Amino acid sequence: MASSFAVSARRPLTTGEKLLEINWGFLLLITLIASAGFAMLYSIAGSSFSPWAGPQMLRFGIGLALLIVVAMVDIRVWMGLAYPAYGVALLLLVAVESIGHVGLGAQRWIALGPLQIQPSEMMKITLVLALARYLHGIGVEEVSKPSKLLIPLAMIAAPAALVLHQPNLGTAIILVLDGCALLFLAGLSWWWITPTIGGAAAAVPVIWQFLHDYQKQRVMTFLNPQDDALGAGWNITQAKIAIGSGGFTGKGFLEGTQSRLNFLPEKQTDFIVTAFAEEFGFLGCMVLLALFATVIFYGIRIAMTSHSQFGRLVAMGVTLNFFFYIMINGLMVMGLIPVVGIPMPLVSYGGSAMLTVMFGFGLLMSVHVHRRTEVPQRASGII
Amino acid sequence: MPLFDRKDKSRYATFSRRTLISAGAMTGIFSVLAGRLYQLQILDFDEFMTQAEDNRISERLVTPPRGRIVDRFGVELANDRRNYRVLLVPEQVQGSAIASVDAVSRLVPISPTQREKTLRDISENRSFTPIVVVENLSWDDFARINLHLPYLPGIQPDVGETRAYPFGASFAHVLGYVASVGPDDKKDDKDPLLDQPGFRIGKRGIEKAFDKQIRGRPGVTRVEVNAHGRIIRELSRDAATPGEDVHLTLDSALQNKVSECLGSESAACVVMDAVTGDVLALESSPGFDPNLFNIGISTTKWRALTTNDHSPLMNKALAGAYPPGSTFKSVIAAAAVDAGIAVPGFTVFCSGSLTLGNHNFHCWKRGGHGTMDLRGAIKNSCDVYFYETARRLGIDRIEKAAHAFGFGAATGIEVPGERSGAIPGRAWKLRRFGVPWQQGETLVTAIGQGYVLTTPLQLCTMTARIASGKAVLPRIVHSVGAEHQPPVPAGPLEFSAAALDAVRGGMDATANEPGGTAYAWRITEPGFEMAGKTGTAQVRVITRDERARGVVKNEHLPWKLRDHALFVAYAPVLNPRYACAVIVEHGAVAAHPQVQMARDILLFAQQRDVANRPTAYPATSAGAIVTKRG
Repeated sequence: MASSFAVSARRPLTTGEKLLEINWGFLLLITLIASAGFAMLYSIAGSSFSPWAGPQMLRFGIGLALLIVVAMVDIRVWMGLAYPAYGVALLLLVAVESIGHVGLGAQRWIALGPLQIQPSEMMKITLVLALARYLHGIGVEEVSKPSKLLIPLAMIAAPAALVLHQPNLGTAIILVLDGCALLFLAGLSWWWITPTIGGAAAAVPVIWQFLHDYQKQRVMTFLNPQDDALGAGWNITQAKIAIGSGGFTGKGFLEGTQSRLNFLPEKQTDFIVTAFAEEFGFLGCMVLLALFATVIFYGIRIAMTSHSQFGRLVAMGVTLNFFFYIMINGLMVMGLIPVVGIPMPLVSYGGSAMLTVMFGFGLLMSVHVHRRTEVPQRASGII
Repeated sequence: MPLFDRKDKSRYATFSRRTLISAGAMTGIFSVLAGRLYQLQILDFDEFMTQAEDNRISERLVTPPRGRIVDRFGVELANDRRNYRVLLVPEQVQGSAIASVDAVSRLVPISPTQREKTLRDISENRSFTPIVVVENLSWDDFARINLHLPYLPGIQPDVGETRAYPFGASFAHVLGYVASVGPDDKKDDKDPLLDQPGFRIGKRGIEKAFDKQIRGRPGVTRVEVNAHGRIIRELSRDAATPGEDVHLTLDSALQNKVSECLGSESAACVVMDAVTGDVLALESSPGFDPNLFNIGISTTKWRALTTNDHSPLMNKALAGAYPPGSTFKSVIAAAAVDAGIAVPGFTVFCSGSLTLGNHNFHCWKRGGHGTMDLRGAIKNSCDVYFYETARRLGIDRIEKAAHAFGFGAATGIEVPGERSGAIPGRAWKLRRFGVPWQQGETLVTAIGQGYVLTTPLQLCTMTARIASGKAVLPRIVHSVGAEHQPPVPAGPLEFSAAALDAVRGGMDATANEPGGTAYAWRITEPGFEMAGKTGTAQVRVITRDERARGVVKNEHLPWKLRDHALFVAYAPVLNPRYACAVIVEHGAVAAHPQVQMARDILLFAQQRDVANRPTAYPATSAGAIVTKRG
């Protein structure tokens, strides 16, 4: 093991070798998770591939291809692209303010011919890349220096503020969580972390003032869903009925009454898990959670085996991003936190989020494939 | 193990430590998720399962068909007509719903108001709710829609049911009508049917009085629905119990004849079987089309009905209380015979007036009638004879006799809205006005003026009692479903045969002897002759001035100020069977329209032989109808 490793570290891998290096078990794992999504989209459409299951399978196929292509690209190339890509995403976020489409009352899209680009989704990837590159370039003792800390904080704050203004609270939270997690992993001093958490808790009343009415309403509804059982509280109440009525073994595939009879709101997107919980019950949910946990376990293992700080941070950034999706969506549909628009990764219907997640897994796989590649301190010269 | 330079080694150590912490945090969150799932799906399963079932299954009422109302021979007076209509389901339409409505309007005419209503319904309802595009189509129009159906996506031909009154206005006052349920209707009635969309409830007449029986009982269908209320499938169904049929004692042919005779006059007429009390016709004119209220009456039409000075919405036969005028003299006559006053040979000289105290009481005939016996007094309707007779009788005996003929109290007929009228007396006046009775008032009462108020139904009941000699009571409902109301066995009348014979003789003379007040309009067909008594009810007070100048003829007064014309009659003279009372408001003119009407009606009834024709009442009957009569 040690000898082959020493050899491969010195010379670039061929494409064939790279394909062999890809963790195909991991791909099988995410295909299983996505299949749970296909099954539910098929079920809630009344046993039909249209309008959701069919397109979703096609997107997942495209996503898999994208994942493999991204995995083939040398991580040093990704490191070189990190700042320019971040810059483009930031510019697009600014652009969406002026020319973006208003979807569901929020400005989130830019139309580029037939393509609809959601810069906030792009930002989730590029922020991880850019922060990883920056933190790769400085030592662990430098991270906590105010002069060095200012730049990554600005890199997080700028897109988060723009996304919040769209308004898209869910994505803004994910961006901040992603960024802070990377700073934490890179070794940010506890002297920074502890007071920040304390300060954030104190700032909650101030943030409340800046929330949109609909966001405030969601929080209020979350706190008292019975007050408005047929209005805004409907989502939470019906979602809980769907999950709870699934019981231990579930009502059976294609037998969910809540989801199939339209009692569930946004059932094909953010609330798809409730349909799954209804039809497959507690057992099914535990299996799904286990699959998610396995994906995260793989992500951590890939991060730990990477030879470069950039690789480690990218791998953990992608993995944590995936985890934050699961956490927020899961807590939301089970009525533990207010409703914020965050889909369940791989399972919920939607093109943008699917591509973002698959691109992220592509980067994860690239880190895995190129785990022995030595990455220089400075990216200059790679691109 | 990865290769490290010295700098990266410390970074890796930190990273590993921090990753471990992250992994711990993630495990914690996953535990929260799993714990929450355990709570919802295992611990609270029963509660959520119940809620999910409630979401899924909806119980819906099935509206029963309303019972029919038929006449004594089984002719339908109110039924549930098939309503051929066209529905549109917006979500099934290809293109715009408006275009579909227009496509239908090219095949069958759609009124602008209906079109407006349709478009409003489309915008206000969910897209799977069927909307009425046009209804009450003829079979031909309906067939045309069906023929073009392949080219009309989203259009559904449908056969609904709607209340229909085939005879329109002629039966409106007896039957009443049905209309949408109002807030007042729900106050005392908790029947869930009242909340059904489009449900109709009886608002007047028989439709109101027997609404609960005619309405039927709802069925229940259990359906699986989605969150939008769309029915996915029917799980089970309990059929509705149809409403019960009501059999009336009316004869539709006679009723239509009455309606035709009354014409456009503001008038009322009741025809009874004098022996059984069965009401054969009961009409108030003008009527109104009860079908209008079912569909929803327009403001203009409603205003036209409420502002009409002929009061088409009032059932004058029951709710109209009029001074009976000279028709009341029969009561005085019968009482006078039994009191031993009008004994054979008793006469009164009529000089044209009678003086009591310092008042002069005039006869309608200024020159007077001369010497009058009872028969002549009735025949000529001599006021002075009855002034004198009443003076001797006194108000107490008059009051008692009037009650014996059925006045002063509601007859208890099954049609709602009946008034009881008024028969004055000493106690009555003291109670009402707080002052004692004056003898002059007895005289005014004798000619059916003053405080006396009677309804045409009471007048007809009186006539039937005179004709049959029994205390008959009117009934108009024979049976409701299986509940049968036998004719009330008529008790004996509190008058001697001699008294009744005397009154009958006077009424016979009135119509059939030359000089009688109704002679000019008698029935000439042999065997069908009628006996009757005319009457005039004063609408205004005639001033002393006018008396001095001579009585102004009614023809020369404005319609509203003319006196009411009354006539009560029975036929045939021998073995009477039919009793009839007619009032024509402001109709006291020389042509005596009320007598002509009664003549035509009684002749028609006899020739048709209504009372002896075999009826079409249901064969089986059990129990009795609970009415206010007890």
